[in-house]
Amino acid sequence: MRLWGVDLGELIELTLDHIYLAGVPLIVGLLLAIPLGWLAVQRKWLYGPLLAATGLMYTIPSLALFIILPGILGTQILDPLNVLVAMTVYTIALLTRTVADALQSVPDHVKQAATAMGYSPLRRLFAVDLPLGVPVIAAGMRVAAVSNVSIVSVAALVGVSQLGILFTAGFNRNAMGPILIGVVACLILATLFDAIILSVSKALTPWQTSRSGS
Amino acid sequence: MISSVFDWLSTPANWEGDRGIISQTLTHLEYSLIALVCAALIAVPMGLYIGHTGRGRVVAVSIAGGFRAIPSLGVLFIAVLLLLPRLRGELAFALPSLIVLVILAIPPILSGVYAGIAEVDPAARDAAKGMGMTGSQVLWQVEVPNALPLMFSGMRSAMLQIIATATIAAVVGLGGLGRFLIDGQATRDYDEMAGGALLVAALALLVDFVFGLVQRFVVSPGLTKTA
Amino acid sequence: MKRTSILAATLAAGLTLSACGGDSDPLDDSGEESGSSSSDTITIGSASFPENVLLMEIYAAALSDAGVDVETRGNIGQRETYIAGLDDGSIDMIPEYTGALTLYLNADAEATDPDGVYAELQDALPENLTVLEPSAAEDKDSIVVTAETASEYDLTAIGDLEPVAGELVLGGPPEFEERFTGVPGLNEVYGLEFSAFRPLAAGSNLTAQSLANGQIDVANIFSTDPSISENDFVVLDDPDALFVAQNIVPLVTTDAVNDEITTTLNGVSAELDTAILTELLAQVVVGGEAPEDVAREFVDSIG
Repeated sequence: MRLWGVDLGELIELTLDHIYLAGVPLIVGLLLAIPLGWLAVQRKWLYGPLLAATGLMYTIPSLALFIILPGILGTQILDPLNVLVAMTVYTIALLTRTVADALQSVPDHVKQAATAMGYSPLRRLFAVDLPLGVPVIAAGMRVAAVSNVSIVSVAALVGVSQLGILFTAGFNRNAMGPILIGVVACLILATLFDAIILSVSKALTPWQTSRSGS
Repeated sequence: MISSVFDWLSTPANWEGDRGIISQTLTHLEYSLIALVCAALIAVPMGLYIGHTGRGRVVAVSIAGGFRAIPSLGVLFIAVLLLLPRLRGELAFALPSLIVLVILAIPPILSGVYAGIAEVDPAARDAAKGMGMTGSQVLWQVEVPNALPLMFSGMRSAMLQIIATATIAAVVGLGGLGRFLIDGQATRDYDEMAGGALLVAALALLVDFVFGLVQRFVVSPGLTKTA
Repeated sequence: MKRTSILAATLAAGLTLSACGGDSDPLDDSGEESGSSSSDTITIGSASFPENVLLMEIYAAALSDAGVDVETRGNIGQRETYIAGLDDGSIDMIPEYTGALTLYLNADAEATDPDGVYAELQDALPENLTVLEPSAAEDKDSIVVTAETASEYDLTAIGDLEPVAGELVLGGPPEFEERFTGVPGLNEVYGLEFSAFRPLAAGSNLTAQSLANGQIDVANIFSTDPSISENDFVVLDDPDALFVAQNIVPLVTTDAVNDEITTTLNGVSAELDTAILTELLAQVVVGGEAPEDVAREFVDSIG
């Protein structure tokens, strides 16, 4: 089966690669951003430097990161790990601030009540602050997910297999079809990620019945 | 490894000439500013309208979200395939790159502007109306000044993304700091690539710092404390 | 499953042998190990231009007919990148070009004729890399201008550019500016000093389009590029042989070579020549057909 010069089997394979390269860093990045964001809120003097440092990571061009990481990680030049690490870096860059904002958005009286009930700071984080911060974190995750899907495609310039390969291949063959299919597939993927995050966020916050994410 | 990158950065010959660091930085800055202005010309009026009237919020949210998802590399290639045969000279490379950067910059500017306007304290708006201000007076004298912090943060994040992404214009033959990344990759010159990446990050920081200064100057002091 | 694949391999090898007994003997380069390693997956890479992708697909189709487990990994950038990929094991094989590879490995290489280049290549190869038999098909770097430019300045050979180069912009892939068979060589051998070099990193299509549309005046395009005939571009002669012979040859990691691969790909190389390759490439670039389909058709036609 072919669609506009793209083999459907290949399209599915590239899409799966793309999901893997954009999705895994989203989860790993969140898991790393939570302690960083928490630290920034807990230790006031760390807030500025930490957010500045993570913000700085977002200014590194993706192409540069894809090329330079093998030299730092000692990985193969075509190793998808380079892309996974790069995307994790961007996710952390976006989500550290989000997590810090989310934790700060929890009303003081709630925090005080939890502390008065004998919650340790760490237990309060997981039992109170994070669950209440879910809507804010989810909003940040949606931005990160959508931009991850777009940035991953740049890895086509270093030959890592994902939907962006359709851009370089189509362009080289002077064929618009594969490029358009790649763009549409990226858009669908981003919408899919967005919908998943939204529904997970809704499932985690049953008390929020009718409020939109942002 | 790190020291050889700094060797590259500190070699005077790499800074001089029309392919040198200074010239490429200026080119990079030029494209970035043009892209920011074009994106602002589109996104600011839209954001003002939506924020002020409350109409078309859904449109704004979906544009902001949808545009973010558009892969820059794909758009660049589509634009080059379409425009290269139709345009003469430098413009044939510059316009496709500009389109990519503008698309990239619209979402953060748009959401900054409309969120800024929409989140203006309703009490301030009501007070202004109560004083007999017209709709456009409310917009320009109350809503816009109050929305400036969020508008600026939208602009700043747009500019950061533009500066980082303007590097891919080098793929289609344009100048700018991306040249060092692309040419360095083509010849496996690690120092040149890493040096180029550092320069892009440094430029982004510098521009953000300048925008921060402007923001401090422009935004009413009454707002900066809470912002 | 395994038995059938060995059976298929034997059959396919037999067919290849009988089909191409003519101009070259595919047996003469057979290795000594026997086909036990056919169960290993061979990853074939390609550089980032359509012809190399097509050749990758041709190798892949022929090898999988011979029962070899094949994976493809196309569009891996330039030589500088994919050689690193071969070294670090990301890929096992890539279609290469004798002259360019020789000069990459040994900048002092001197031969320009196919046999001399191939001999120098054998000497220059590190132990972990092996080349199989070269094909007659050749894809040379060439210097190309539009028909209008050629008649305006009366150009037939590269050297004719010398008096006017200062007014002209040269375009090509970024690495063309650095490597000897590029801007330095044009200067040293033909004394050309262009007004500017425009690096075009997105493949030959961008270069060809830029030449056709006047963003550049002189282009570095491969001699099999269908855009040349499509746009009536003029290929300038290279009398001093700056651009050395570029016969297509499979470059394989020494670990991955076995006689099944050797026999199969030597058979493919023997069937390929520049005219056939140009035609196959046009099906991809002009006709918009998928490289794997064109490759499959070709392999079936010779199999």
